[in-house]
Amino acid sequence: MASSHGTPPVFNNKVIAWIDHRLPIFSYIEKEYHTFPTPRNFNYFWNFGAIATVMLVLMIATGVVLATNYTPHTTMAFDSVERIMRDVPSGWLMRYLHMNGASFFFIAVYIHIFRGMYYGSYKAPRELLWILGVIIFLLMMATAFMGYVLPWGQMSFWGATVITNLFSAIPVVGQSIVDWLWGGFAVDNPTLNRFYALHYLLPFVLVAVVALHVVALHVHGSNNPLGIDPKGPQDTVPFHPYYTMKDGFGVTVFLIVYAAFVFFIPNYLGDAANYIEANPLVTPTHIVPEWYFLPYYAILRAIPDKLGGVLAMFGAIAVLFVLPWLDTSRVRSCSFRPIYKWFMFVLVIDVVVLGICGANPPEGWYVPIAQLATVYYFFHFLILLPVLGKIERPLPLPPSIADAVLKKAG
Amino acid sequence: MRKTIVTGAIALAALAALAAGAFAVAAESVTAAESEQKPPHRHWHFEGPFGTYDRAAAQRGYQVYQTVCAACHSLSLLAYRNLMELGLTENQVKDLIKDIQVPDLNDDGQPVERPARLSDRFRKPFPNVAAAAAANNGKAPPDLSVIVKAREEGPDYIHALLTGYVPFEKLTPAQVKEFAVTKDDNFNKYFPGHKIGMPPPLADDKVTYVDGTKATTDQEASDVVEFLAWASEPHMEDRKRTGVRVILFLLAMAGLMFAVKRAVWADKH
Repeated sequence: MASSHGTPPVFNNKVIAWIDHRLPIFSYIEKEYHTFPTPRNFNYFWNFGAIATVMLVLMIATGVVLATNYTPHTTMAFDSVERIMRDVPSGWLMRYLHMNGASFFFIAVYIHIFRGMYYGSYKAPRELLWILGVIIFLLMMATAFMGYVLPWGQMSFWGATVITNLFSAIPVVGQSIVDWLWGGFAVDNPTLNRFYALHYLLPFVLVAVVALHVVALHVHGSNNPLGIDPKGPQDTVPFHPYYTMKDGFGVTVFLIVYAAFVFFIPNYLGDAANYIEANPLVTPTHIVPEWYFLPYYAILRAIPDKLGGVLAMFGAIAVLFVLPWLDTSRVRSCSFRPIYKWFMFVLVIDVVVLGICGANPPEGWYVPIAQLATVYYFFHFLILLPVLGKIERPLPLPPSIADAVLKKAG
Repeated sequence: MRKTIVTGAIALAALAALAAGAFAVAAESVTAAESEQKPPHRHWHFEGPFGTYDRAAAQRGYQVYQTVCAACHSLSLLAYRNLMELGLTENQVKDLIKDIQVPDLNDDGQPVERPARLSDRFRKPFPNVAAAAAANNGKAPPDLSVIVKAREEGPDYIHALLTGYVPFEKLTPAQVKEFAVTKDDNFNKYFPGHKIGMPPPLADDKVTYVDGTKATTDQEASDVVEFLAWASEPHMEDRKRTGVRVILFLLAMAGLMFAVKRAVWADKH
């Protein structure tokens, strides 16, 4: 089956053959999702691309339904969301799926990013694939941020105020940019309207970039836990049925956890203050973003200078763009990098620590801890990665994927 | 090796969910970490994956709301017809609202008051926010439609708040000094900053329950929380029932998927 890759498929169904002769969508599906040769040694980390795709589709489907019932006006937005929750048939389901879907989309993508970093999936020849991924991540963040503004609760309003105000740190043109974002001189109805328009637009841009991400992926195929290239048919299996089934299983398990949140603790990951309607005259005691932004929020506040904080926060993501060139090691997978492997786990802990600092007010011990964690974050990417690649002695790589898999199976 | 990787992947997924939870909890703890006491946890009929609303308690709670809270607090997202979801018949609800007058416009476009209908939203005690604020020392009493969701540990907090008043005479001199309390202030153990505009709303026998339950302050508070919890999340029971079915389905499907996956991969290991 795997060897059939490259030869055009023959369709017995006349209608399919007729269409395919003019528009080869069936050939495409056959080639890219059926016979596509895929390394045979994926572990369950390789499920998260499929999981993220499912979440994206689910977010768009629920989002379109919600949009048909939502009113983007400061005097009606809050109540219209509650109308969806109360009076629209199954509206509560759509809303809770969408609200928790954002969190679970981020969980899937964070694990997907970790997978890429741990197994060196960003290294040649997959640098553009990785960069497209970082663009997807940025688009997701923008979309999620604007979506959180729409229910027009207290955290919606004050979150929007804090984040848009960040741009005022830019010298000279800062305040003009903020006014332009707001469409006025404060976060108000024009802001809500444009955020709604963009929140509807960006997911489709996201879909387009995801398509490019998949195209780039299918040029050289997926990386794998060993980080070595497949050398022949013995190293690969056709995508279908091997990975369609494995992804199907992984997606279902992920959906169980997601469903547990949606149906039993739908407000657990949210902030109670967002069930208070936005009030520009009352500032909440602590303004905190949604959990998935907390590490970046901590970096923002760790720098005791507004512009510096903003630069550090955006820098924390910008550094990911150049990751393929910061890593000087020629070995992809951390399984063969005895030192770097541990630093990968330290980085995960560092990000969790940043998240906890972001959730708490910037006082007492949280300040120096957040600063230290911020320094470490940049140290990891800017110093550790380039240096370690030069001095670390990687373990010997197995001769081929099949060799490693069959030896393991005994 | 394969097993360790699978366990590792699952562990990491769990860790991510846990971290998300930890962030959420950390964020919550901040709001509660002020000087006021943490509300004690009480058992609620609607807790847990199978919890439902106690209809009798919620009906009593409506009586408390209507007799006491409705004088100042609106419940603008609810309509009288919604009360039928609490196990009351149409005629019972009609009977409950027969004395309520709501504002409307007559055929000449003139403002009038007319008897409430089932389709009407709950009558607002004040015509607008400014009027509500003016009548309440400058701060409008909050709408109660989603109040239970709008506070951390909502049911516990609201019960604690309603029963957590301390009379001026019982305050320690230290408390009086620290929070600058005067005789005219209402001191509440659980309210942020302790000084609350709302005077103690409940007292023993403030309402006379139609079902004969003894109306202690604690009973009134529990009942009104049950009612307001329902008001905040009227589809909760439907949500949990659906959830049980969805999760059972997904578990079966995961089992099936796993079996097929194993069969497909059998010749590759």
